[in-house]
Amino acid sequence: MTLATSFIHDPNFLDALYIVAFALFIYGLSGLTGPRTAVRGNRIAAVGMAIAVVATLLQRQEGSWGLIILGVAIGTAVGVPAARNVKMTAMPQMVALFNGVGGGAVFLIAWAEFRRSGGYHGTALYIAVFSVFAAIVGSISFWGSNIAFGKLQELLPGRPITLGAAQQPVNFLLGAVAVALGVIIAAGSHSELIFILMLLAAALLGNAVVLPIGGADMPVVISLLNAATGLSAAATGVALNNPALIVAGMIVGASGSILTNLMAVAMNRSIPAIIAGGFGGGGMIEGASGAGEHAGSVRSTSAADVAVQLAYARQVVIVPGYGMAVAQAQHAVRELAKALEARGVEVKYAIHPVAGRMPGHMNVLLAEADVPYEQLKEMDDINPEFSRTDVSLVIGANDVTNPAAKTDPGSPIYGMPILDVENSHSVIVIKRSMNPGFAGIENELYYKPGTAMLFGDAKSAVADITAELANI
Amino acid sequence: MLLTNLTILVLAGFVGFAVISKVPNTLHTPLMSGTNAIHGIVLLGGLLVIGLSGNGTLNKLLLVIAIAFGTINIVGGFLVTDRMLEMFKRKPTAAPKDDEQ
Repeated sequence: MTLATSFIHDPNFLDALYIVAFALFIYGLSGLTGPRTAVRGNRIAAVGMAIAVVATLLQRQEGSWGLIILGVAIGTAVGVPAARNVKMTAMPQMVALFNGVGGGAVFLIAWAEFRRSGGYHGTALYIAVFSVFAAIVGSISFWGSNIAFGKLQELLPGRPITLGAAQQPVNFLLGAVAVALGVIIAAGSHSELIFILMLLAAALLGNAVVLPIGGADMPVVISLLNAATGLSAAATGVALNNPALIVAGMIVGASGSILTNLMAVAMNRSIPAIIAGGFGGGGMIEGASGAGEHAGSVRSTSAADVAVQLAYARQVVIVPGYGMAVAQAQHAVRELAKALEARGVEVKYAIHPVAGRMPGHMNVLLAEADVPYEQLKEMDDINPEFSRTDVSLVIGANDVTNPAAKTDPGSPIYGMPILDVENSHSVIVIKRSMNPGFAGIENELYYKPGTAMLFGDAKSAVADITAELANI
Repeated sequence: MLLTNLTILVLAGFVGFAVISKVPNTLHTPLMSGTNAIHGIVLLGGLLVIGLSGNGTLNKLLLVIAIAFGTINIVGGFLVTDRMLEMFKRKPTAAPKDDEQ
C-alpha cells in the first residue's frame, strides 16, 4: 500500500472532508440571502455534497460497487430529466416529490439496517432510538409528500378528504401506535413484523395528515414535510455517527421549521389548526353558488376599458395569485408590464407570503418571465404604497386581498394579514367567475365601488389588455 | 460519541436558524428546493450500510432503492434550484448598487 492510498483512507482525513462538506453547506446557503449570490451559493452547497459523497465512498469497505452504481444511475436517470423539464408552475409538486424520495430513503435505510443487524442486536440504545425515530418520521414524510404531490398534480382531488370528526382521534391513534411499536423495538425487540407494522402505522399517519388538507394550505404542509425529512436525516446521522448527515439534516430541519412558521403567521392560523385540516378547498369548490347572498352588485368591465385605465395611470400594482399559476399567465403579465413601462407607467408586483402553493411560488413564476427582482415587493413593503397607486390589478388572487380579514371578526380568515388593494384608487380583478376562493368566503372587495371585474382566463384576459393597449 | 453527536445536532440547529432567517421571502422557493437537495445527503447512509457485511438480497434491494431515491433527491434538487436561481439572477435592468438585500 502506497503512502497516498493509506492517507486517503485515514479516518481523520475523512472526518476533515466531512467538516469541509458541511462548512460548504452553511456557506452556500448563506449565499441565498440575495439573488446575485444565490446561484453561486447553491453550487457551493452542491460541491459540499460531492465532497461528502466522495468521503463516504472512501470510507467504505470493499464490495457492492455494482449496486451503488446501479442505484446512482437509476437516480440520475430519473432526477436529471425531471429537474430539467419541470415547468415553473409545477414547482410545488416537484419539491413535494423530491422531499418524498428523501423521506423514503431515510426509512428504507433504517429498515435495511434493522434487518442487517438482526433487530439492532448489540447496538447501543441511543442508536436504536434514533434509527426508530428516523424510520417513523421518514415514513410519514414519504407518504405525506406523495399525497401532497398527488394533490398538487391533480391526481388526487385538491379539496380536503377527511374522516370528519373521527379524523383527529384516528390521527392520534396512528401516531400513538407508531410510537408504541417504536418503543418496543428500541427496548430490544428483534421482531421484523413489529418494525414493519411501525412503518405501516407511520405511513397511514402520513396519508391521514395530508389528505384532509386543502390546496391553499399546501405551503404550510410542504414546509412542514421538508422539516420532517431534514430531522429524520439528522437522526440517521446520529445513528450512523456521521457529522455531515447531522449538520445537513438539522439545517434542513431549521429551514423547514422557519418556513412553516412564516406561512402559518401569514395566514394567522396555528400550525395544529392547519394540520387538523378540512379548511381549504383549494379554489376548486364544485358548484359554489357565487354572488348569491351578497346585497351589493358587481361591476364588470372590458379589456378595452382596463387598457385605457392602465395607460393613463401613474403607478400600477399587480397582485398575482394561484390563478396566475394555473393559467400560466406569468409571461403575458410581463408583456403587459413592459407595454405599460414603455408608456412611463410605474409597475410593481405585490407578493403575499402565501400566494400560490408553496413559499415564494409567485416570485419564481415572475422571475421566469424576466420580471426584475426589484419590482417584486413583499407585503409589508407594498402595503403603504397602495394609497399612492392608481390601479391595482389582481390576477387570480382572492383571499389575500379580502378586506373581511380586517373588518369582519366573524370571517374565517379574520386576522390574516392581507394586501391592502382596497386603498388604491381603483381595483381591477381578473377572475374566471365569482366562485369564492379556498376558504369559500365572499370577497367584499368585489362589491366596492372602486372595483371592476374582468371575467376570463388570466392568460387570455391579460393578453387582451395588452393588445388593446397597443391601440391607444 | 452520543454526546459529541448531540452537541453537533444542537449547534447545527442554531446555525441553521441563524442562516435561514436571513433569506428573503422572494427566494423561499429556491431555498426550499435547495434545502431539499441537501437532505438528499441521506444517500450517505445508504452508501455506508450497503458496504457493511450481512446484507441479504432483500436488504440489497432496499438499499439500492434508497440510493436511487437519495440520488434523485440530490441531483434533481440542486439542478432545479440552479435553474430557478439563474432566472432570478438574469435581469435586463437594475443598478448594480441594489445588489444584495
